[in-house]
Amino acid sequence: MISPPNDPRYFQIISLSAFVAAQMIWFDFAPELAVLALNMAAALVTQWIACRIVGAGFDYRSPLITSLSLTILLKASALWVYPLAAILAITSKFTLRSGSSHIFNPANFAIVALLLALSDYVWVAPGQWGATMLTALMIIGFGLSVLTHVKGRFDMGFLFLGIWSALAFIRALWLGDPMDIPAHQLQNGALLIFAFFMISDPKTIPAHFHGRIVFALSVALFAFTLTHVFQVREALFYALAALCLMRPLFDMIWRATPYNWPQKEKLS
Amino acid sequence: MKKLTALALGALGIFAHGQAQAFCGFFVSKAGADLFNQASKVVMARADDRTVITMANDFQGDLKEFAIVIPVPEVLEEGQVNVTENRLVEHIDAYTAPRLVEYFDPDPCTDRLYQLKALRGGPQMMAMEMMSSAPMQAEDYGVTIEAEYTVGEYDIVILSAEESDGLLGYLNQEGYKLPKGAEKTLGSYIKQDMKFFLAKVNLEEQAKSGYTYLRPLQVAFESEKFMLPIRLGTLNAKGDQDLILYTLTRQGRVETTNYRTVKIPSDTNIPVYVKDEFGEFYKAMFDTAAEKEQKKVTFLEYAWNMSWCDPCAADPLPNKDLRTLGAWWIEAPKELTAPKPLPGAQQRIMPMPPQAPANAYVTRLHVRYNAETFPEDLILQETVDNSNFQGRYVLNHTFEGNLSCKAGQEYLASLPQRHEKEAQNLAQLTGWDINDIRQKMKDNGRLMDKGDVPPPTPWWKDIWTKD
Repeated sequence: MISPPNDPRYFQIISLSAFVAAQMIWFDFAPELAVLALNMAAALVTQWIACRIVGAGFDYRSPLITSLSLTILLKASALWVYPLAAILAITSKFTLRSGSSHIFNPANFAIVALLLALSDYVWVAPGQWGATMLTALMIIGFGLSVLTHVKGRFDMGFLFLGIWSALAFIRALWLGDPMDIPAHQLQNGALLIFAFFMISDPKTIPAHFHGRIVFALSVALFAFTLTHVFQVREALFYALAALCLMRPLFDMIWRATPYNWPQKEKLS
Repeated sequence: MKKLTALALGALGIFAHGQAQAFCGFFVSKAGADLFNQASKVVMARADDRTVITMANDFQGDLKEFAIVIPVPEVLEEGQVNVTENRLVEHIDAYTAPRLVEYFDPDPCTDRLYQLKALRGGPQMMAMEMMSSAPMQAEDYGVTIEAEYTVGEYDIVILSAEESDGLLGYLNQEGYKLPKGAEKTLGSYIKQDMKFFLAKVNLEEQAKSGYTYLRPLQVAFESEKFMLPIRLGTLNAKGDQDLILYTLTRQGRVETTNYRTVKIPSDTNIPVYVKDEFGEFYKAMFDTAAEKEQKKVTFLEYAWNMSWCDPCAADPLPNKDLRTLGAWWIEAPKELTAPKPLPGAQQRIMPMPPQAPANAYVTRLHVRYNAETFPEDLILQETVDNSNFQGRYVLNHTFEGNLSCKAGQEYLASLPQRHEKEAQNLAQLTGWDINDIRQKMKDNGRLMDKGDVPPPTPWWKDIWTKD
C-alpha cells in the first residue's frame, strides 16, 4: 500500500487548483466560479454513474483533475457547454479504450470534440497566461512536483518540451530571427501547462521509453506544422488527440508494462 | 452569470440600436487615439480568412519623403488596394474610445427610494526618409515587381524577393533609408512567403485629389494568417510605440494568442474635476496600467456588438461604412420602403429601423510595444466571446440644495467617505499624488473631512417663515 501523498494525482490537484485560483485572483477573462462548479459536478457525477455501470470503485481524483483542466483550458460562450465538456471527457474514459487503459486524455478529448463540433460556442486561449518568466517558472515548479511522483513516466513533459524548443530555435535560426522570439514562445504559459499537465498524463502515453520519444517527436512536429504552416491556434490539442489515437500502435511496437496509478484499481 | 443576464436582456429586445440608453451613465467625454502621439491606427476586418486592413496615415512632413513597407501575405492586384476617407477611421476610433460618464445624485430629501449608496462601485507602418530616386533594376537584386499601380494619391509597388540582401539593396537604391536590423527582419518575412507592399505619394495625384492630408490606405486579401506585422516598426523607433487596432469580426472578441490580453481598468468612480482633464487622466491611467503589466500585454479597451452602445461615445457606424472598412459579410444596404397597407386595413405607421442590426463585433486593442517587450508580431484569433466591455469612468455629482431633512443629513455625512474613495481610485489608477488630488477636490468644493460637514440646521429654523 502506497501512502496517498506519493500519488502524483494529489500534486496535480493542488497544482491545477492553484492555477484556477491564480486566474480568478489576478487575470482577466478568468473562469467564473459557476464554471468550476459545473465542471466539477458534471465530472464527478458522470464518474460515479460510470463506475456503478462497470462495477468499479468510485475515485474522485481523476474526475477532479479533468474538471480543473477543463476549467483552465476551455472557454465557452455559454455555461451549459462546461458540464457537457466534463460529461464528454469522463465518458470517453470509459468508452474509448484500448487494452487496460483509455485512449485519450479525457480533458484533451473533450476540448478537441467541442472545438470540432461546437466551434460557435468554444475556444481556447493560448495567450491567457502570457509569456513571462515568472508564470513560466511557477508552472514548471508545479509541474515538477507532479512529475517527480510519476514513477517511470516523468520524462514525457520534458521530451516534448525539449523537442518543441529545438523546433522553435531551429525555425528562428532558419528565418534569421533574433533568439528573443523563440525564447518568448517558450515562456508561453499555455504551452507549459500542456507539457506538464496534459501530454504528461501517464495513462495515455506509450509505455516504453522509445515509444514516448517517438510520441513526443510526432506530437511536436505535427503541432508545430499546424501552428506555423496552417495557422491553427489549437494545434497542441489536435496533435495530442491524433497521436493518442495511434498510441496502441506505439505500444505494440515498443512493449512495456502499462502504467497504473499507485493504488490498485481497474479504472482510473 | 453576467452572460445569462445579457442574453436575457437581448432576447427582450431592450437593446435598440443606435440609442443612448443612459443606462450606463450620460456620456461626457472620450479619450480617442489622438491622445497618444503618433499612435498607429489600424482597422482590420476579417471573416473566413478574408481580411481587409485599413491603415490611417497621420504622416506629418514633406510628402515626398513618405514611404512605407508592409509585409502582406499575397500579391495584391490593383483592385485589392483602395484609399478611403479619414472619417471612417475617426468614427470607429470615436465609437470605441474609452469614455467618461456622469451621474447626478437625486435629492435625498425627496427621493422616496433614497438609499445610502455611499460607495457605488460604481503595424506601426514604417515611414522612412527617401534619399534619392534611381531607375529600377529589380531583377538584378533578385526582386520581382509583382504589380505596380497608382491608387488615389499613392503609387503602389508589390514586391516579392528571394533574398533579404537583394531586397535591401533594391530598397536602398529606391531611396528607402532602412533602419539597422531591417535585413534580418525582411529575410524572416521572405522565408515566411510574405510579399512586400510599398507605397509612396504620387504628388501629382495628391494635388489633384484636393486633400491636404494623406488618406488611409486599404488592402484586401485572403489568407489564413491572422496577424499584424509590427516588427519592422520596432526597428527604427526609439522607445515605446502605441498601436490601436480596431477589429471587425462576425462572431466575437479578438485577442492576441502570443501575448496576454488584459482589460483596461474600467467602471471606476473618480472625482468630478477629472471632467476637465479626461485626456490627461486616460493617458496617465494607461501609462500606469502598462507599467504594471511590464508592457507585455495587449489591452482591451472596447468590445461590443457594432449595432449599439451604452453610453455612446459616437453613433455606431452605418452598415455602408462597415462594408467600406472591410466587413464584407454585411449586406449592402438596401433602400427601405414602408410596406404597402393591405386593402381595407387601417393604415398604421410602422417606424422602420434605419438599418438592420449590424452583424459585426468590434474589438479595440491598445498595444504599447517596443522590440524588447514585443519581440514577435501580433498573432490574433477571433473568439466566440461576445460579451460587452468598455473603458468607462464615472463621475458622480453630489446633490446641491437644501439638505436639512434627516436623509439629507445622512447623505451629507456620507460624502467625505465617498470623496475619499474617489481620490484613492484616481491615485491608484494614475499614480498621481493623493494629496494633490485631495487638495484639488477640496478646492472644487468637495467635502473631504468629517469636520467639513456643516452642522445640521436647528429644527426650529424651518418652522416659522419670516418676511
